[in-house]
Amino acid sequence: MNLLQGGNRHQIARRRKIDFCLHLLFAAATSVGVIALCALLIDIIIDGISRLQPGLFENFPSRRAERAGMKSAIVGSMYMLCIMLPISFVLGVGAAIWLEEYAGKNRFTRLIQLNISTLAGVPSIVYGILGLTLFVRLLMLQRSLLAGALTMTILVLPIIIVSAQEALRAVPKSRRDASYALGANRWQTVSRAVLPSALPGILTGVILAMSRAIGETAPLIMIGALTYVAFLPKHMLDQFTVMPIQIYNWLSRPQPEFHELAAAGIIVLLAMLLLMNFAAILLRNKFSKIS
Amino acid sequence: MSISMPMPASAATPARTARTLIEIDRLNLYYGDFHALKNVSLDIPERAVTAFIGPSGCGKSTLLRSLNRMNDLIPGTRIEGRIAIAGTDIYSPEVDVETLRKKVGMVFQQPNPFPKSIYDNVAYGPRLHGIRKKSRLDEIVESSLKAAALWDEVKDHLKRSALSLSGGQQQRLCIARALAVEPDILLMDEATSALDPISTLKIEELVQQLKDRYTIVMVTHNMHQAARVSNQTVFFLNGEVVESADTEQLFAGPSDSRTEDYISGRFG
Ligand SMILES: Nc1ncnc2c1ncn2[C@@H]1O[C@H](COP(=O)(O)OP(=O)(O)OP(=O)(O)O)[C@@H](O)[C@H]1O
Ligand SMILES: [Mg+2]
Repeated sequence: MNLLQGGNRHQIARRRKIDFCLHLLFAAATSVGVIALCALLIDIIIDGISRLQPGLFENFPSRRAERAGMKSAIVGSMYMLCIMLPISFVLGVGAAIWLEEYAGKNRFTRLIQLNISTLAGVPSIVYGILGLTLFVRLLMLQRSLLAGALTMTILVLPIIIVSAQEALRAVPKSRRDASYALGANRWQTVSRAVLPSALPGILTGVILAMSRAIGETAPLIMIGALTYVAFLPKHMLDQFTVMPIQIYNWLSRPQPEFHELAAAGIIVLLAMLLLMNFAAILLRNKFSKIS
Repeated sequence: MSISMPMPASAATPARTARTLIEIDRLNLYYGDFHALKNVSLDIPERAVTAFIGPSGCGKSTLLRSLNRMNDLIPGTRIEGRIAIAGTDIYSPEVDVETLRKKVGMVFQQPNPFPKSIYDNVAYGPRLHGIRKKSRLDEIVESSLKAAALWDEVKDHLKRSALSLSGGQQQRLCIARALAVEPDILLMDEATSALDPISTLKIEELVQQLKDRYTIVMVTHNMHQAARVSNQTVFFLNGEVVESADTEQLFAGPSDSRTEDYISGRFG
């Protein structure tokens, strides 16, 4: 049979060899990342597991390691998320809807688009400086929970806008046409035909943005979130701290007991991040099923 | 005169007697610099089926989309001339586009149901226009699905996702959805080209039933389909109307040699 004789055996063997080598190379590249992550996790778990006790969640920070906990930091992070979430959702999704559904494609909107993409890559400390000038000083919110949440809102806005735009763009044009052809106006089309399909994608982006915010430290240090807070914020203008700042504070102390506390804090933070990313994946899967 | 296709046995009643519903007068349409429709003048009769035929890119869809102003959604289109429906210029500033589109329904080439239930798909239009009452919506959904010859197949699972239907059922659902807002005119842009022969036949039968109540304008690439279901046929070439006549007459003896070449399959 010709089929078995036509190929150049030598060449085929060579191609297979190259394919095999590349396969090994890519697997090695992947394993570097995985091994590094595992090493980090194991190291942290060994250090921190003994401190992962109720006290960690129930106690306020203390000068004595055995009494120290991160209650105020966990609650502070939660409060911050609760304030950020609605504000950044409305602003981010609103901007994405405007850019995708309302604004024409002209030089002005292209400029805005470029700006947003650039802002997504600006170092977070810069947002800290902005927050300090705008919210802490100019609007005189002081070093409050509200100032921190607003700073973080601005930090995550570009992420939310870009991912919401992608989700909106993924909705096929034929679906908009179907709605317009039935006599829908623009908002009716956006709200009834486009958003329901885009919502899971939008929410995924919002959750990922929130998980970014929960781990950010630099901008909050910049605007002066405290490192020692032995009370829970009662209203939005109270001072506050968040988990990564508490961890940073513990790590910067000389005593090894505090380093164990920091490791335990990192485990809690990682668990939360994992949970949020898991929720995002669930949403993503649901998304691919319905559309 | 040699025509290489079978003649329609049952081309419906002549459209001669019907009143003109849509008058297109010296219409020019530009996509940016591209002159897509050139001086198109055409009368479309009421309660009859008008078929647009012609080679790809000759402007059939463009003209169809001008009739419900879907072209407004494409940036850079410019239109000159006049389209009047029942005497009203639809491009005049007093005309409300949403009301126009309610009156001039459209069915697209690819079935495009919303990823919602069958019921919600049909109720989408009525809800847009402010109908909230459950009993009223139920009535509309039932009558629209019946009119689109889909009711018997779906009446027991109206809550099921529209995406679970077959392609042909989806297209009939899209027709039902268009009928639910009580249009006078139904535009169909190659509505059967994505369907199998049996679904196509069902939709052709449906069109025959609907033309007693609606004015139907359809684009088709299928000469047999045009001959089978339409009363009037319009042949387009390069953005111009070459010939517009009674379907029977156009297929039996086209007056323009280009029409003859096209329908006998010599180009296009
Ligand atoms: N949005 C658009 N922007 C620019 N040009 C367009 C646009 N839509 C259509 N055209 C051009 O206008 C001409 C007519 O297009 P149209 O879609 O009306 O053709 P058609 O007769 O429906 O063709 P087909 O049978 O392939 O559907 C084509 O040359 C096409 O390239
Ligand atoms: Mg077309």
